[in-house]
Amino acid sequence: MEEWNALAKLWGLRGNAPVKINQSKQLEERLAMEIDRVARELIESLPFSRALGMRLEEIEPGRTVLSMPYDERLVGDPRTGVIHGGAVSALMDTTAGATVMARPDGTGITATIDLRIDYMRPARPGQRLTCEAHCYHATRSVAFVRAVTRDEEDSDVPVATAVGAFTFERKETGE
Amino acid sequence: MNAQRPEPVQVVKERRDRALSALVQGVPYISFLGIVFDRKGDELTAILPYREAHIGNPDLPALHGGATASFLEVTAIIGLGWAILWEEIESGRIDPTTIGPATLPRLPKTIDFTVDYLRTGLPRDAYARARVNRSGRRYASVHVEAWQDNRARLFAQATGHFLMPSRD
Repeated sequence: MEEWNALAKLWGLRGNAPVKINQSKQLEERLAMEIDRVARELIESLPFSRALGMRLEEIEPGRTVLSMPYDERLVGDPRTGVIHGGAVSALMDTTAGATVMARPDGTGITATIDLRIDYMRPARPGQRLTCEAHCYHATRSVAFVRAVTRDEEDSDVPVATAVGAFTFERKETGE
Repeated sequence: MNAQRPEPVQVVKERRDRALSALVQGVPYISFLGIVFDRKGDELTAILPYREAHIGNPDLPALHGGATASFLEVTAIIGLGWAILWEEIESGRIDPTTIGPATLPRLPKTIDFTVDYLRTGLPRDAYARARVNRSGRRYASVHVEAWQDNRARLFAQATGHFLMPSRD
């Protein structure tokens, strides 16, 4: 996707000398805002993510944070009002995928190969879920991601954790 | 010989359909996705009718991995819940004429769920079937296969472990 390419280019700008060294703090801030805007538009333009109300919270190379509000339509157990595991999976898959897409060394194209989710405890009804994903390694063709989802509870135990492998295309170097 | 006459087919069908519908209609997320179930005897096929809202990548377009994962997890939970309910009803422990949220057995809880994405999900209807590979007193292991045009060409599969609802 071209937009992800644009995002990777922005990462590059931030990391490269001409912008990084001795330029105004303003420029750095403007760049950060631009990166945020491109990524937000992208994630929130995916129809399924939009249907679930996902929102980009933070993005930086190798790390993405997305959140999803509590919604009665997403309930899996009507007796308790707990959100369905499938909706949590969707949040985890989107966050993990976005982390891979936003890698500065990639082409911005990815697909999930597999994703395993462990459900530690039910999400508290009424609370927003927040997922943080790290892409901790990428080979020439595979990216590895870990993700953690929490609710608003002040708890050491997350709602769910995930590990996944994603397809990855490394950007040609020497352009 | 004083063999009992088999029940009329309509009575049997109606009882089973009512039980299935009670099980499925209680879950808001199933209606949110538009998933429906086709029943042949005790075998269920889940159907995810195509909707634009299920798309992840609008450029391809392809189904969102999260929509696929949700479809598979719904199929696994209902497949397992249905196997439990079937036993309860056929053995007469649950009276299907009074079935409702209060009398339904609780649904199994997901412990873990692993999805393999085998092909791009195309913008069309998807189907899935769950197979309960093991169902013990406390834990169950369920495998799900999902396809679109050809039953043999799966576009996704999943395995999950579930905590069985306590029987009291």
